[in-house]
Amino acid sequence: MWVYEKKLQIPVRVCGPNPRLASYIITQYGGPEGELGASLRYLNMRYSMPTNKAKGILTDIGTEELAHMEIVATLVHKLLEGASVEQIKAAGWGSHYADHDKALWWENAAGVPWVAAYVSATGDPVADLQENLAAEAKARAVYENLIRLSDDPEATNVLRWLREREVVHFQRFGETLMDIQEYTKQKKYY
Amino acid sequence: MAQYQLLMQIMQLEFAALELNLFLDTHPDCQEALAQYNKIHQELMQCKHAYEQTYGPLCNFGFSPNTGNYWKWVETPWPWEIKY
Ligand SMILES: [Fe+2]
Repeated sequence: MWVYEKKLQIPVRVCGPNPRLASYIITQYGGPEGELGASLRYLNMRYSMPTNKAKGILTDIGTEELAHMEIVATLVHKLLEGASVEQIKAAGWGSHYADHDKALWWENAAGVPWVAAYVSATGDPVADLQENLAAEAKARAVYENLIRLSDDPEATNVLRWLREREVVHFQRFGETLMDIQEYTKQKKYY
Repeated sequence: MAQYQLLMQIMQLEFAALELNLFLDTHPDCQEALAQYNKIHQELMQCKHAYEQTYGPLCNFGFSPNTGNYWKWVETPWPWEIKY
């Protein structure tokens, strides 16, 4: 069961319309290292985890990633707010406008749609947790690329905060991996 | 402005609770984190109660009260519309 809270995890401000920046940031909505994939990856892995601690961290980080998807959506929405079709075209995002107007869509920065193949689930808890460590490192790297691309200081603040979260998630998944390795070692003596 | 300040306070407390929650998931016997978590829970509940009495429900499905004679859930602004 999930319950919606009618607030963002952090306040989101932008300096003004900026369709070009929106066209880059959309990749953290529906790109390979984006928040949709992150959330679904973790929530889906819970069912094959052997320990309660692993199920707990996957539930909680998977839920936080949903809140991050909402932050990224708000960033893109606000960066498109007030942008004219001319500005969108000049920013090179006429291709998005053709299919979606200013609606959000799960795509990467080149317009490639989100696919379930971005998410892996092998049923092997050690392999799956290592996948999560890689996912967090890659998400952090993409936020760093976006921070370098950003020309909006308010949006950059939000991207920095999201980057920080990936570092914390990496840490927690690392601890979970060590715990699971300990658990699988003990199991051999049963 | 008072609404924004209260909302900011809720965001800060809830974020602290979330951070402690993730930490406790991998350190479930840390007494210091447990004590902090429970302290922040109390403060967060007080702030949310104060916010919801004046500005309307934060949560759906029975987790928040609805004061007044109108269903405020469909009246108050959505998170992506708020101009912070
Ligand atoms: Fe993350």
